[in-house]
Amino acid sequence: MTEIVLALAIGVLGACGVWLLLRPRTFQVIIGLCLLSYGVNIFIFAMGRLRVGAPPVTAEGLENPLLYDDPIPQALVLTAIVISFALTALFLVVLLAARGATGSDHIDGEEPSP
Amino acid sequence: MSVSLLLFVVVALPFLGALAAAGLPRHARTSAALLSWAVALVNVICLGFLWPLFQDGEILRLDIAWLPSLGVQVVLRLDGLSWLFSALVLGIGALVVLYARYYMSPKDPVPRFFSFLLAFMGSMQGLVLSGNLIQLVVFWELTSLFSFLLIGYWNQNRLARDGARMALTVTAAGGLALLVGVVVLGQIVGSYDLDTVLDARDIVLADPRHPLALALILVGAMTKSAQFPFHFWLPRAMAAPTPVSAYLHSATLVKAGIFLLIRFWPVFGETQMWLTLVGGAGLLTLLIGAWTAIFQHDLKGLLAYSTISHLGLIVLLLGLGSELGAIAAIFHVVNHATFKASLFMAAGIIDHEAGTRDMRKLSGLYRYMPMSATLAMVAAAAMAGVPLLNGFLSKEMFLAEAVAGAERHPLALALPVLATTASAFSVLYSLRFIHATFFGPAPTGLDRTPHEPPVWMRRPVEILVLLCLLVGIFPAVTLGPFLRSAAVAVVGFDLPEYSLAIWHGFNLPLLLSFSALAAGIVLYAVFRRRIEGGGPGGPLAVRWLNGGYLFEKAMTGLFRTAEAAVGTFGAQGVQRQLRIIVLATMAFGVLAAIGAGGAKFATVTLAAPSGGDLAFALLWLVGGACAVGAAWQAKYHRLAAVVLMGGAGLVSCLSFLWLSAPDLAMTQLLVEIVTTVLLLLGLRWLPKRLPSIPSPEPLQRISRRRRRIDLVIAAAAGACLSAAAYAVMISAAARDGASSYFVEQAYAEAGGRNLVNVILVDFRAFDTFGEIAVLGIVGLTVFVLLRRFRPYGDTLPEPHQKRIQAAADRRRADRSEGDTLRETMLVPQVVMRWMFPFVILFAVHLFLRGHDLPGGGFAAGVALSIAFVLQYMASGARWVERRLEIRPAAWIGVGLLIATLAGGASWLFGRPFLTSAFRYADLPVLGKTPLASALAFDLGVLILVLGATVMILLALAHQSLRKPRQAPGKDQAT
Repeated sequence: MTEIVLALAIGVLGACGVWLLLRPRTFQVIIGLCLLSYGVNIFIFAMGRLRVGAPPVTAEGLENPLLYDDPIPQALVLTAIVISFALTALFLVVLLAARGATGSDHIDGEEPSP
Repeated sequence: MSVSLLLFVVVALPFLGALAAAGLPRHARTSAALLSWAVALVNVICLGFLWPLFQDGEILRLDIAWLPSLGVQVVLRLDGLSWLFSALVLGIGALVVLYARYYMSPKDPVPRFFSFLLAFMGSMQGLVLSGNLIQLVVFWELTSLFSFLLIGYWNQNRLARDGARMALTVTAAGGLALLVGVVVLGQIVGSYDLDTVLDARDIVLADPRHPLALALILVGAMTKSAQFPFHFWLPRAMAAPTPVSAYLHSATLVKAGIFLLIRFWPVFGETQMWLTLVGGAGLLTLLIGAWTAIFQHDLKGLLAYSTISHLGLIVLLLGLGSELGAIAAIFHVVNHATFKASLFMAAGIIDHEAGTRDMRKLSGLYRYMPMSATLAMVAAAAMAGVPLLNGFLSKEMFLAEAVAGAERHPLALALPVLATTASAFSVLYSLRFIHATFFGPAPTGLDRTPHEPPVWMRRPVEILVLLCLLVGIFPAVTLGPFLRSAAVAVVGFDLPEYSLAIWHGFNLPLLLSFSALAAGIVLYAVFRRRIEGGGPGGPLAVRWLNGGYLFEKAMTGLFRTAEAAVGTFGAQGVQRQLRIIVLATMAFGVLAAIGAGGAKFATVTLAAPSGGDLAFALLWLVGGACAVGAAWQAKYHRLAAVVLMGGAGLVSCLSFLWLSAPDLAMTQLLVEIVTTVLLLLGLRWLPKRLPSIPSPEPLQRISRRRRRIDLVIAAAAGACLSAAAYAVMISAAARDGASSYFVEQAYAEAGGRNLVNVILVDFRAFDTFGEIAVLGIVGLTVFVLLRRFRPYGDTLPEPHQKRIQAAADRRRADRSEGDTLRETMLVPQVVMRWMFPFVILFAVHLFLRGHDLPGGGFAAGVALSIAFVLQYMASGARWVERRLEIRPAAWIGVGLLIATLAGGASWLFGRPFLTSAFRYADLPVLGKTPLASALAFDLGVLILVLGATVMILLALAHQSLRKPRQAPGKDQAT
């Protein structure tokens, strides 16, 4: 059941992200990237399967892998979260610079002509 | 000193010198020259030490493993031939350095010039000392690259840029052909080692692929040595500073092709293809170059074409296929290098002192610079082949070989005739060079009165001219041993009979030589007026023969084709490109799923939903709604979109917490906060976008259609993601390999209980190291991008709300502007200021417990940055920066440094980078505390994350403080 909910959540986040990614305004694309990275982060995390109440913090003498959630996807996602922040920041600044230089917030740097 | 060290020094030292010269300040003309001079001198001395070591025919080698899996090694290999070439490169290089010190204007960035020159010298050294074919090509391309930089040194000059680009295009294209040719050759022989290849003549010639290898290698050599039909780049390269021309076109760059031909002469020489192609190209180049040189009016143009012609002569000698021809070729390489370098330098002196190189304007300079004129005359006489000078000797050898070649070469009887004709032309243009410049009436219309150059500018010319004379008079004593050892390296110990002497008795070559001299003088006397009045192309300037013209046409065609290809196959606009990327990714994913046999959903039986499940579903109902809302509002209501996006982020953060990932939840929460602040800071600089602002009807139609299609794509992408995620989640987990290892060994090996943190700072610390480096780079990039930021006109005025507040303040007499803002912020301000120490304490807590409990450097760094950002929000940038030292750039550096040192400390114990150690220490107050070296690494992570985050946020926040530099509406990025 949890799996269905999380799978749908990933789908919704991904769909919203992709939709915004394909929009013409830079701000939409930024929001889209953030939503997409939420979805993808959860997706990667889910690759370790879902466990409730089994955080990967070992107790003394209980170093049995089956007792804990898979730590590898978590480590991956942790760095991914930080990197997606950096990506968002970089993209935001590039878009601001482009907007300052061209006056347009269209992702092509110019307003579309009919 | 050991041989290996000496060999290594003569190749590596110029490159080190180049690096050092590049670091000198812009005006350090003399120190750069001294440095280069010292490098050249040390190298010459090293070369001198090496000289006695290979006299018995031994080959000195230094092997360094490079790509052992491909059988490629760096091999420095020295024999007589490479020694001679290396001596030319270094010797002439040293003289050119001296000359350039006085030639270059102090206004130019001279250290850069010397840096390029040294790097070029090193590339040439690497090339001639290469003992491996692949390595040879690498250095070959390096010479192309650095000659490009040298030719285009005056990059403000369009001719220099064009000439450099053409030289690079031609020689680098040749280099590509050479690479392929060498690979084919290596395939034939089964080794890229030069010694093996040189010994494998029979294997090579027996292989049907050898014509291909030869043709490709010849293309490389011919482009580099400016042989017809690739000769056109050389005259254009004359836009370079004269020392560069003197160096590149006498002893080095163009001789690289010759060197290659001589190097491969033992393998391919005497094959029919070699005789035809090399001999033919050499003869044509010899004639065309000499003919065109006659009609040049520019001194350097004349020298350029004469260089082409002499290169043709050398190539022709090699193409004759006789051992004596090869020896004569080596001899002429040395002779040409000496007289041509001195002539280029002389032309540079004339240009420097008289202000022009046009022979029609120059005249009678002898009276102003008798010394320089005498030197130039001797050098030109050597070029013409006047007796008692070195040019005479090699020219006589050439004519003798031409006569001998008439009996067996495909060109037969034409050979001696054409060779004599070319020699006559050579006399003609040498005579013109001297006569037009130094004799006749005093020049009129010069900008300045010419005079002798500084004495040290003339000294290199004097040395070279002295060499021309010495070699011309005492050939056997001066050059004999060097020529012999080089010849042994090419031909082998059974050297054919040759004699280096001025007098061989009355014979046919002597007769031909003198008739060429006489013919040249007579021709000049008769046709002088017509040559001076004619165009620089001469009467035979045919367009289709002009390689430069064809080159330009080909380049234009290439660009047109590329543009047409982009127009046909390229997707214009980011939206379309992104759409293609999304669709392609989806297609690959679906194909992969089908290939894997599809997902098996049917096998799972659904358990009855529990209460917890319902709560989770409810949670994501909110999260999903937030995501959809953010997508919905991102166009017209940006603030709402940011808030809704934060909602979705919060829900995913709760999911992490729910599903046993406390570290992720914490990091996500903290990053969520800074991301929101970041986006809010950016909002101000975006244009107004209201539904009420209409856009033209056709555009609306297009965008409606686009939205419908994108909706379908987005829904499909979401569905695919859901399906894939679900398929994986319900399948059984494979908990083997690394994952189990980490769980079992985290405490035993790394002394940590929080597996995620242990993976990040210990097991996979190198990945984290890379990641924080990226983070630091992003921080700096943001800073640099925003330093040049110019807001667009409509965002310059104060924000709407601020203006309303200010107006309200102004209306009331008892209030001053800004009061409302201050009062509004008063309570949050107090709260936020008080929170500062507590947030810091929280961050420290997160950091210290990170190894054993959820937390760690990343989370702590972000938390700490929030402490600072809160102060900025509460009190404004100026208030904070008056009280605190905020130096994010330094923090980034310190963080990276700490992480590097923490990783590098393991080297002290002979362990690889980032090996960690830990132990428990009994500290007072704190009790038993784990101390892991990974903690130091994590500290580096913390400081860097803090620095990068603060850097990014502050760089944005500071934009509002900047005074606009231009009037609103007019600003453009400058």
